Amino acid sequence: MENAIEIRNFTKLFGEFVAVNNVSFDVKKGEVFGFLGPNGSGKTTVIRMILGLLNPTSGSGHILGCDIAQDREKLRSRIGYMSQKFSLYEELTVEENLDFYGGIYCIPNNKLKEKKKEILIMADLKGREKMIVSNLSGGWKQRLALGCSIIHDPEILLLDEPTGGVDPIARRQFWDIIYNLSKQGVTILVTTHYMDEAEHCNSIGFLYYGNILSLDTPNNMKEKIIDGQIVEIKSDKTLKAIELLKKKDYVKDASVYGAGIHAMVEKNTELDDLVLYLNGNDAVVHSIRKVKPTLEDVFVFLVESEKRKNGVIK
Amino acid sequence: MNFNMKRIKAIIKKEFSQIKRDKRTIAIIIMMPIMELLLFGYAASTSVDHIPTAVLDKDMGRESRELVDKLTNSQYFDMDYYADNMDDIEYYIDNGYAKAGIVIPPDFSASLKSGKTAQIQLIVDGTDPTTAQTILSSAGGVVQSMSVEIIQETRGTFVPQSLDLRSRVWYNPDMSSIYFNIPGLMGVILQTVTLMLTSFSIVRERERGTMEQLIVTPITKMELMIGKIIPYVIIGFVDIVLALALSVFWFRVPIAGSITLLLLFSAVFLFGALGVGLIISTVSKSQLQAMQLSMFMIMPNILLSGYMFPREAMPEIIHGISNVLPLTYFIKVLRGIILKGNGFGELYKEFAILVAFGIVFLALATLKFKKKID
Repeated sequence: MENAIEIRNFTKLFGEFVAVNNVSFDVKKGEVFGFLGPNGSGKTTVIRMILGLLNPTSGSGHILGCDIAQDREKLRSRIGYMSQKFSLYEELTVEENLDFYGGIYCIPNNKLKEKKKEILIMADLKGREKMIVSNLSGGWKQRLALGCSIIHDPEILLLDEPTGGVDPIARRQFWDIIYNLSKQGVTILVTTHYMDEAEHCNSIGFLYYGNILSLDTPNNMKEKIIDGQIVEIKSDKTLKAIELLKKKDYVKDASVYGAGIHAMVEKNTELDDLVLYLNGNDAVVHSIRKVKPTLEDVFVFLVESEKRKNGVIK
Repeated sequence: MNFNMKRIKAIIKKEFSQIKRDKRTIAIIIMMPIMELLLFGYAASTSVDHIPTAVLDKDMGRESRELVDKLTNSQYFDMDYYADNMDDIEYYIDNGYAKAGIVIPPDFSASLKSGKTAQIQLIVDGTDPTTAQTILSSAGGVVQSMSVEIIQETRGTFVPQSLDLRSRVWYNPDMSSIYFNIPGLMGVILQTVTLMLTSFSIVRERERGTMEQLIVTPITKMELMIGKIIPYVIIGFVDIVLALALSVFWFRVPIAGSITLLLLFSAVFLFGALGVGLIISTVSKSQLQAMQLSMFMIMPNILLSGYMFPREAMPEIIHGISNVLPLTYFIKVLRGIILKGNGFGELYKEFAILVAFGIVFLALATLKFKKKID
């Protein structure tokens, strides 16, 4: 498949601070690509550089075969963007916001009328056309902002933390729309720090302090990255058990996961040894089983090994 | 450069929708011209009349009463206090009850009857030079005309005079300061309102994040600037018409020249004034900063444009600064059209200068604006 976005060696310095360090990745046409990473990891900066809102300190990129620096203005009408803040005009009505962006993208009137109808249905905003945006709740604002950013039928859609601050139902609704767009052939690049959202993506890049730590499909990440076995343990003394586990050489890491513990142990570890060890030290094990790693496990692993590499922890 | 009217129209429509729903902006547009005109029109009046005056008449003759009557009839003096001695006069002036004191000596009538020069003493509270100046000149005028009458009475009708200065004041014969103030005030209002409104227009979008969204669209800088300016040109027009109506129907300022010409000049001036507002909005990091910057711009405009103080009296450097303020030229134009009935023939230089200002400021605003967010 052809690539819709190709980024090569993006680096951005703010003074001495390296916000993005030598980041390269490709996004295939029609796929949903997720940028995952904690706050401040450089996701927004990468998106802004792709859009030309910021100039990269070094590096280059191509979108739909056009150079992002030289063909910037030509690309504008082929890209849609929704920023973190749902930048809508709060004092305007739903319809006025759509009309405004329709005008800015020079969409012919009859086509705009159709498109507006479609967006209102998609965003579940039918009947709220005349509502002032500041009176809408988070989920509606978010879907309206998405509607405004796709009013010109962009081939590529960049979404910067689109689901921040909205409830789980609105998030689900939003992702349904994203899938639909993707099915229609729109290439989507989305940033998030929600693990469950990352699972929805065709590929993910994990960004950590400006560096891409891993770049793959969610399944490959779960299968290939972790060199060990995840064991889910439930004990009556969770915190004590974690402390105990960390003392063992064959336990690489242990942390709270839901109501229990996820411990990463060497592949050939016998679970019975672990049970004996914990029970013998006054942290009674209620249940123990081998589990497949989740994305969260992968990211914890990636971050820990990065820290180890940088000498932050042993 | 190619514009797309559809985009410009979208911006204009959006700006109007925003203004329509913002009560504070509407208040600035409607209330500010009215308040400023009423406040400055009345309070900043430099015409002084009905000055509270204390009189000490030691003569008590027919001639002295006649003098007091003439001073009263001039409308400049109100004889509020009659003093019995010099201490009284001092008391009234010291305490601020009276601004002027008139002392008529005991031999006033007698001197006049015997054909000698009679003396009158005028005491003026000089703390406010404008008032003092008016008192001196109007008292001088009254006394002057009274002496001429007396000479005519005593020597018959023929009065030989060596020098005869006949002054005529053109354009504003009553030298009414309201007539003089109001045209300038219209310029100041237009400058203040438009600067305040436009200085927010870009920085507000930056603060709210909508600018980020706008930058990623195909809109060009020029289209954005034009779209941002046109609504405020229209608002400026509303304000100038409002100010004109108030001047004509409330302050009864006669408009000697053509209103169409006045509106044409207003439009040209507005483009420059709005350009300055957009420059402020583009370089400001926050709305607060934009507000401070526009306040910083408004002061020299009011003080140096010739609205308050005559530019002829300014030191060279200050005069130089006043030359680069568009308001200086616009006020000249307003006074020219309203008071003197000037036509385009007398004002083409100002027209050229205002057009140049408009182009330069708009170009600067467009150049300064970057489709970036850092």
